[in-house]
Amino acid sequence: MHMNLSHFEAAFLFSLFTSVVLGVVTKRTDRDRLHYGFYTFACFMLALFGIGWLMYFGHG
Amino acid sequence: MAKEKIQKQAAPPLGAWVPAVALGWLIPGGGHFLLKRTGRGGLLLASVTGMFLCGLLMRGAMFQPQTGDFLTIIINTGGFLGDVCSGILYLLSVWLGYTQADVAGHVHDYGTKFLVTAGLLNILAMVDAYEIAIGRKD
Repeated sequence: MHMNLSHFEAAFLFSLFTSVVLGVVTKRTDRDRLHYGFYTFACFMLALFGIGWLMYFGHG
Repeated sequence: MAKEKIQKQAAPPLGAWVPAVALGWLIPGGGHFLLKRTGRGGLLLASVTGMFLCGLLMRGAMFQPQTGDFLTIIINTGGFLGDVCSGILYLLSVWLGYTQADVAGHVHDYGTKFLVTAGLLNILAMVDAYEIAIGRKD
């Protein structure tokens, strides 16, 4: 069995798992944990698309 | 001149946190289960295990400690420690004979990073279990 993912799919999964853990361990209330998890995931996605477009334009 | 009083906190007893941290290493989220934080433990178990399994399915490489130049030591020993911190997931995959040579390719490379990151996330979970066990966190 082998998983053949694109860059986006791999980075998406990485962001998802990491955001859940960061959300769980960082804050003190469930509400804050949920917010921080979503915030971290949004930051990952923003960086993913932002850096992706930067590389696209950087290559000309 | 006012004298600053330095309050030295007594170290928490080992019995209070070692079982939670040790179980947290062996089974991701296990420390939280032991401390009756089942919801958070379940999320940690699912995330760390999911990350590790994705790494295996992408045929990521496991690091082995190596000697040589400084960068080689840092990368390989650090990577090895990251892998080992996944606990039973790492031990099972090694015992069951998982091996993967370090070859080129983005999927394989992502797999290697997934395997190490699973261990690093488990370290965060262990620190959280420690803080809960000593009463610093709910």
